[in-house]
Amino acid sequence: MGAIQPKVGEPVFDELALRNVFRIAQHITQNREDAEDVVQDAFFKAYSNLAQFQGQSKFYTWLVRIAVNEALMKLRRRRPERTVSLDEDVKTEDDSVPREVADWSPNPEQQYSQAELREILDKTIHGLPATFRTVFVLRDVEGLSTEETAEALELSIPAVKSRLLRARLQLRERLNKFFKKREKSNGAQKPSSGDSNQ
Amino acid sequence: MKCSEFLHELTDYLDGVMDSPTKAELEEHLAWCHNCYVVCDTTKKTIEIYRDSQLYELPENLRTRLRSAIVQKCQSRKKAGPA
Repeated sequence: MGAIQPKVGEPVFDELALRNVFRIAQHITQNREDAEDVVQDAFFKAYSNLAQFQGQSKFYTWLVRIAVNEALMKLRRRRPERTVSLDEDVKTEDDSVPREVADWSPNPEQQYSQAELREILDKTIHGLPATFRTVFVLRDVEGLSTEETAEALELSIPAVKSRLLRARLQLRERLNKFFKKREKSNGAQKPSSGDSNQ
Repeated sequence: MKCSEFLHELTDYLDGVMDSPTKAELEEHLAWCHNCYVVCDTTKKTIEIYRDSQLYELPENLRTRLRSAIVQKCQSRKKAGPA
C-alpha cells in the first residue's frame, strides 16, 4: 500500500485503500452499518486534516490509524459497560498455551462450501477480544508489517508481537474444533453448529 | 529448548524474522516435538485461511455509495470553509 497521493480538499481515492479500510472497520466493529460510518468518517477526517499529516508515515498507515480509532470508538459507544481500549491491560501469560493439540485434515477449507467457511471464520474471529482481533487483522489479513501495525495502533513492537501471538493461538484453538481430523470411528462427519461454544 | 520457549518465538518464526541460530534451534525442537509441530503447522494454516478468506469484501454498490458520501462530506466542508 502507499500509492495514495493525497491533495488538500480533493478526496483522491485509492480503491484498494477504500476496500481495505472497510474490511478493517468491519472486522473491528463486526457490524456493516458501523463499518460504513467508520469508512466515511475516517476518509473525511484524513482529508480534512491533511495539514496534520507530516508525511513521516505512509498516508495509508495514517488513514488506518484514524479508521481503527473510529472503529474502537463505535465499540465503546455500543458497549459502554466494557471499555475497549488498545491500552487496556492484556493479561494472562497462560492463555497462549494451546489447550488442545490435534492435527487438521490436509485441506480443511475443502470440507466446507465458501459460505460455510466464511461463517466459521466470521464467528471464530468475532469471539476474539477487540485488542487481539485488531492486531491480527492488520498484520495477518491486511498484510501490514509489524512496524506499520505498531504505528497505526500507537503500540510498541513487543506489544504488537505479544498480541499477535495470542490472537493467532486463540484463533487456531477456536478453528481446531472445526478442522481437526475426525477420529476414524466418526468418519468424515462435519461438526454440527452445536459443537461450537463461540 | 522447552515448548514454552518455542511458543514464545512462534510469531517471529512464522514471520521469518529471526536469526539463523535461533531458527535452527526451533527447527531442532520441531523435529522431535510433535505437539509443537502441530501447533506451528495449524497456526500457519489459520493465518493462511484468514488471509485467503476474502471476508467482508466491499460490493460495488456499497463502494460507489461510500465514495459519493465521502466526496459529499468533503465538499460540504469545503463550502463551509475551515472550522
